[in-house]
Amino acid sequence: MAITYTSGEQVEVYRFSWPAALAILLGALVLQAFLPIWLPFVRIFDLPLLITIGFATARRNPLAGLLTGGFIGILQDALTHQPIGLYGISLTVVGFGASSLGIKLDVENAGARFLLTIFFYAVHEVVYFMIARGLVGLRMAWSWPHEFLSGAANAALGVLIFMLLDRVKQRT
Amino acid sequence: MDVLGRYRNLIVLVGVLFAQLLGLAVQVRRTSDSESTRLIRVWAVGAVTPFEKALVWTQTSTGTLWHNYFYLRGVRAENRSLKAQIEQMRLEQVRMSQDADQGRRLQALLGFKEQFISQTMGAQVIGGSGSELSRSIYIDKGYNDGIKTDMAVITGDGIVGKVLRVYRSTSLVLLIDDQTSGVGAILDKTRLQGILRGTPSGEVVLEKVMSDETVPVGEMVLTSGGDGIFPKGLLVGRVTKATPGSELFLNIRVRPAANLSKLEEVLVVTKMDERQAEPDQTGASRAVDILAQRLPGVPSRPAENAAAGTAAPGAAAALTGTTKAGTTTAGTTTTGAQTTSGSDSKPRSAPPQASAAVDPLAARKTAPAASSAEPGSESVPKPSSGLPPAARTSATDAAKVSPKPVKAVVAPKPQPATEDSPH
Repeated sequence: MAITYTSGEQVEVYRFSWPAALAILLGALVLQAFLPIWLPFVRIFDLPLLITIGFATARRNPLAGLLTGGFIGILQDALTHQPIGLYGISLTVVGFGASSLGIKLDVENAGARFLLTIFFYAVHEVVYFMIARGLVGLRMAWSWPHEFLSGAANAALGVLIFMLLDRVKQRT
Repeated sequence: MDVLGRYRNLIVLVGVLFAQLLGLAVQVRRTSDSESTRLIRVWAVGAVTPFEKALVWTQTSTGTLWHNYFYLRGVRAENRSLKAQIEQMRLEQVRMSQDADQGRRLQALLGFKEQFISQTMGAQVIGGSGSELSRSIYIDKGYNDGIKTDMAVITGDGIVGKVLRVYRSTSLVLLIDDQTSGVGAILDKTRLQGILRGTPSGEVVLEKVMSDETVPVGEMVLTSGGDGIFPKGLLVGRVTKATPGSELFLNIRVRPAANLSKLEEVLVVTKMDERQAEPDQTGASRAVDILAQRLPGVPSRPAENAAAGTAAPGAAAALTGTTKAGTTTAGTTTTGAQTTSGSDSKPRSAPPQASAAVDPLAARKTAPAASSAEPGSESVPKPSSGLPPAARTSATDAAKVSPKPVKAVVAPKPQPATEDSPH
């Protein structure tokens, strides 16, 4: 018998309607690209990452999670001038991990979501750093204080975004 | 089969990761965008930028409505202050235009080719890349508007970057603080050249300046024009820190003049021209003066003074006629017949520098007498360095021709004739 850390009830699996999913994805990409032009400090947030975690934990399907993550990551890459695949790979890993963990853990409360987001933010940064530096040969600046601050800020925003996602998700 | 089913998710994960890694490796190996990635980028940009444009339009419209119709507090005071500023700038403009004219004249003498911005296009910034590792912005102009890759992007404050990718109605601009950018730069006073690069943390550094040089903090950094993208002399920023680097070069930090983190409108340099510098017609007399100083000094020999004095006005008048027929002044009409015949016999298409060179020679030949008559005339003998040989020869030939006596020339002010002759 598999040991799970759910709330004791059956694990709920949700889905998102296509229009809602596309609108959320597009909204995240647009805001991620648009807001830093007017509010530079917003650059610290990674909305596509938060959306990926949100979708993956709600769907609780590793396959769907990794494909969703890969798709969002490739779109995010396409908006930059760097090679396509940097965000794609890291969000694929995050999507897979978040949906796999979503099966095992209760991710319905704010505290768990906060910690989960910090954890996957770190995973994302590490994977991205390794690929960008090791494979693409980019110079990367790693700063622990910056990473901690970014992780906490993203987690706080993530909790809010997951609450918004809760409103549009549908029980299967 | 059971194993495959059990590890299906992991197998798919590995497959997807492998495919992406392979694609990444291929892209890294290639220097330019392949068609497949180009398509993905076009789709992504096509999906995102219309919304960004709509957001920018809404924001701009709201801002315009508010600032132009409702929030007009302090406008009169601002108007007064701007008018005063305009007056101040007009004065400054006069001074600078004189300097520029002088610069052009000198450049013309040296056969200098200058590169200048002849056409720009205003563009609105509609978004960024959304990644800290890709310091780039999107503008609302694309190839439909005539934008091409590698065009320079600037603001009134300083340079911003270059156009990296062009889409139908948008373009991606690589900022100068991106780590993959490179701009040829030169320090304003010390004239040290280097390469301006961005760092991963978003700072801008000037590389390749030797560590034995001294670079003062606050010195202006300008474009050197060596990269073939930015014309020479545009402001880049100021030096904020200069310390010895780990290797032979200095570690120079530069604060960009343009606020790269908050760009709203930019100018895309759509056309740059290269032209031979030409002196301003209104300032021709100055160029003549400068040339006159470059001519060799003629030793004043009493025996030849008379002949030389005779020759000079003839030559001057003839070549004045060559440069601009019909501009003979009171000074040259004294030698009447020669002036007219010179004007008629020589075509207008004669090299202007010849006339410019000869004219002062004429003035110089008359120098002993003319200088006594005209205190303002410049006739300081200096060794010739920049004068074309042809001009010197023709000047000498012309001097040999004239048989007129000195007195006839000097009396009616020869100086205005040279001053009025444009070249």
